[in-house]
Amino acid sequence: MSGKELKPEDLVQIELSPPAGDWMNPRVGFRKGTWNYAAVPDTLAYLGLPNAGKWQPSDAEWPLPDNWQEIIHNGMKERLEKYRSFKVFMDICVRCGACADKCHFYIGSGDPKNMPVLRAELLRSIYRHDFTASGKILGKIAGGRPLTREVIKEWFYYFFQCTECRRCSVFCPYGIDTAEITMIGRELLSLLGLGIEWVCTPLANCYRTGNHLGIPPHAFKDSLEFAVDELEEITGVRVHAPINKKGAKILFVAPSADYYASPHYFTLLGYLALFHELGLDYTWSSYASEGGNFGLFHSHEMMKRLNAKIYAEAKRLGVRWILGGECGHMWRVLHQYMDTMNGPADFLNVPVSPITGTRFENAASTKMVHISEFTADLIRHGKLNLDPKRNEHWVATYHDSCNTARAMGLLEEPRYIIRHVANNFHEMPENTIREQTFCCGSGAGLGTDENMEMRLRGGLPRANAVRYVQEKFGVNVLLCMCAIDKAALTPLMEYWVPDVTVAGVHELVGNALVMKGEKARTTDLRGTPMKGCDGAAREKAQDV
Amino acid sequence: MKILVPLVAVMALATAAYFGAGSFGGQYLFGVIAPYAAIMLFIPGIVYRVVNWAKSPVPFRIPVTCGQQRSLPWIKHSKLDNPAGTAGVVGRMALEVLLFRSLFRQTKAEIHQGPPFRVVQGSDKYLWLGALVFHWSLLVICIRHCRFFIEPVPNLVLAVQSLDGLFQVRLPPVLITDVLILGALVYLWARRLINAQVRYISLAADHFPLLLLLGIAGTGLFMRHFDKVDLIAAKQLTRGLVGFAPVVPEGVAPVFFMHIFLVCVLVAYFPISKLTHMGGIFFSPTRNLANNSRAKRHINPWNYPVKVHTYEEYEDEFRDLMKAADMPVEKE
Repeated sequence: MSGKELKPEDLVQIELSPPAGDWMNPRVGFRKGTWNYAAVPDTLAYLGLPNAGKWQPSDAEWPLPDNWQEIIHNGMKERLEKYRSFKVFMDICVRCGACADKCHFYIGSGDPKNMPVLRAELLRSIYRHDFTASGKILGKIAGGRPLTREVIKEWFYYFFQCTECRRCSVFCPYGIDTAEITMIGRELLSLLGLGIEWVCTPLANCYRTGNHLGIPPHAFKDSLEFAVDELEEITGVRVHAPINKKGAKILFVAPSADYYASPHYFTLLGYLALFHELGLDYTWSSYASEGGNFGLFHSHEMMKRLNAKIYAEAKRLGVRWILGGECGHMWRVLHQYMDTMNGPADFLNVPVSPITGTRFENAASTKMVHISEFTADLIRHGKLNLDPKRNEHWVATYHDSCNTARAMGLLEEPRYIIRHVANNFHEMPENTIREQTFCCGSGAGLGTDENMEMRLRGGLPRANAVRYVQEKFGVNVLLCMCAIDKAALTPLMEYWVPDVTVAGVHELVGNALVMKGEKARTTDLRGTPMKGCDGAAREKAQDV
Repeated sequence: MKILVPLVAVMALATAAYFGAGSFGGQYLFGVIAPYAAIMLFIPGIVYRVVNWAKSPVPFRIPVTCGQQRSLPWIKHSKLDNPAGTAGVVGRMALEVLLFRSLFRQTKAEIHQGPPFRVVQGSDKYLWLGALVFHWSLLVICIRHCRFFIEPVPNLVLAVQSLDGLFQVRLPPVLITDVLILGALVYLWARRLINAQVRYISLAADHFPLLLLLGIAGTGLFMRHFDKVDLIAAKQLTRGLVGFAPVVPEGVAPVFFMHIFLVCVLVAYFPISKLTHMGGIFFSPTRNLANNSRAKRHINPWNYPVKVHTYEEYEDEFRDLMKAADMPVEKE
């Protein structure tokens, strides 16, 4: 991990005041630790995408196709005609600067081109030069500049230094959304065959095996069975994890990290315990074994190509509706794109909770419910036997994932659950949570080791807010509902706020859930001893 | 360059009008031809812009949600910051357009080296206040100016005018919005010059309209309070323009021509500049869409079939492994 060599006290020497000079001269130093490796040609070829061959961003000369300028020009033209967002956002920015210091990468790096406004201007300047009369005539005075190879390098560096978190858009008086601009920018780069490995390899994996990690069906089954065994060891209850079960009522789709990475894994145990306790008639799918969608970080077309599996599998298995696990960008795709891209899902029913009878009208068309909506509804109806004392060893705070906060508005559901499964919960400062939440710094496919310095910088505002509640309230666990968060916040906490652990909301649900026929619980789902919880439960029993 | 070029440009435009006003030909050029030319550029320009935006579809429903979604009935829904239907969207847009809701959230990031080291997001309402004061003052001033164009002067215009002069300082009364707009413009421009981040991102195209507006407000105030312009003559000219019977009356001071010419430049410049944010805000898909994409299907007019990896292809590749693992398969 390259970030380990960097000392926190050096990293925080950040100057938020930009240097003298003009940003318009393209200048990128590909400093080690601040960029991602290039995509491998084979993966792009597998997906039928253009590729630039073998290259790395640090190369002096990038292997661009001969007609690269024409490709970009036509690509921009096509997208201006297809996306009103792109066209309007190219035209109406007044550079008021409201967004400037809202970006976690800017706050953490001080690099002026990480101000959202300038990130967009990198593209806007070309737009003005090539597509507007004033830019064509007045050039630089009108804010236009010609498209050069250096500009392409700059795009690559800064569009892969944006996590599409949309925080800037919250503050923009016109709602200009840098995520849109970055998405279009990355699409344009991919037309030249320029992509990053950490996005494109998961794409190819997911296309082939159904999940980003490239886990084949039998290994998928193995890992779920392993989890079932482990849950039995902890709780004494043998649960069942059905896979590809035709005729099940509900298809459950979670991010693949949940069954292959830590600390995601403990959330998986939570899901399994919960579904068992409810007697839910559901199934996992090996073909649709990925809720996440790295297509969002590549292009609209790739997003659609991967997302298509979820509805296709729901149809094949004959389920009634779909339940989705804890993930951020997954929910951006499911909530804002899936139905439009691959719907209508007229072969499914409007989701109804088989336990409470609640009809999820908010998912009436897409037919996919977020697990925290599902669980909050269960708790509200008193359907779960929860003992929050079993989470007494945790003093929790909650990190809103960017996508569920700003592309959905899923704010209260997780908090409602947390308050019912844990007694110690403290919010971070208000300008760092809910719709103003700070990104983990590793979203949108940027979570690589080679990019560690930039990730630590980008995660600084979030980490600092955690540090604040750690010092004030003794917070020792950072809860989140996003697979990328769970992977990214863990090293982030190790670096900036040691002693704070990262956990999923349904991990704490699993801890608190009193299961029928369970043995006396001595440890939580991690296998760590629970602070006097069962003592408390026993006392309760004696009182009665 | 970014500051100098627009500064020189505005000064040159004003000077040209000042000297041009010395001859009848010049007065006709700046007082009659320029306004018609400006309007002829403005109207088709704005129509082109709006039609051009409208021509590009909105393929996906991508509101930026700034509050609690509508989900379960017992969870309080944030109707304006995360609207679920048309009424909410109208409310959200009204807040955005009339009160600059998003700017009101403004914070300022600061790094305190400490100890303890802190990244702080403090509240910072100055930009919101400056922008709001400027835009509302401009609106009131535009309404007030209707008295130069409409006869008889509508009651609304008269009411706005008298309300604006409420404080009755000096004669003619100093108008509140005149003071406010000047103050707001000075603040907004000073901010561009002094705030290092904003200075860095500012283009010539950002300084130019501010300087133009400062010139317009300055000449307007000058005419009203210092070198008082013959109002009757000025009205003759403006009403002549509206009635398509242009006249250039005698006795109109040069500063009037400076004022009207700078306005003309602003109006003509409007459609080809960032000033189109006025119309563009209404087209912003992150603000003008309801967050109901799971409840109601949004249609993408250019949705096209894509190449997917079908279940059949998947099973063909993994069938043996699946069977060995006792997993159900479609084809034995």
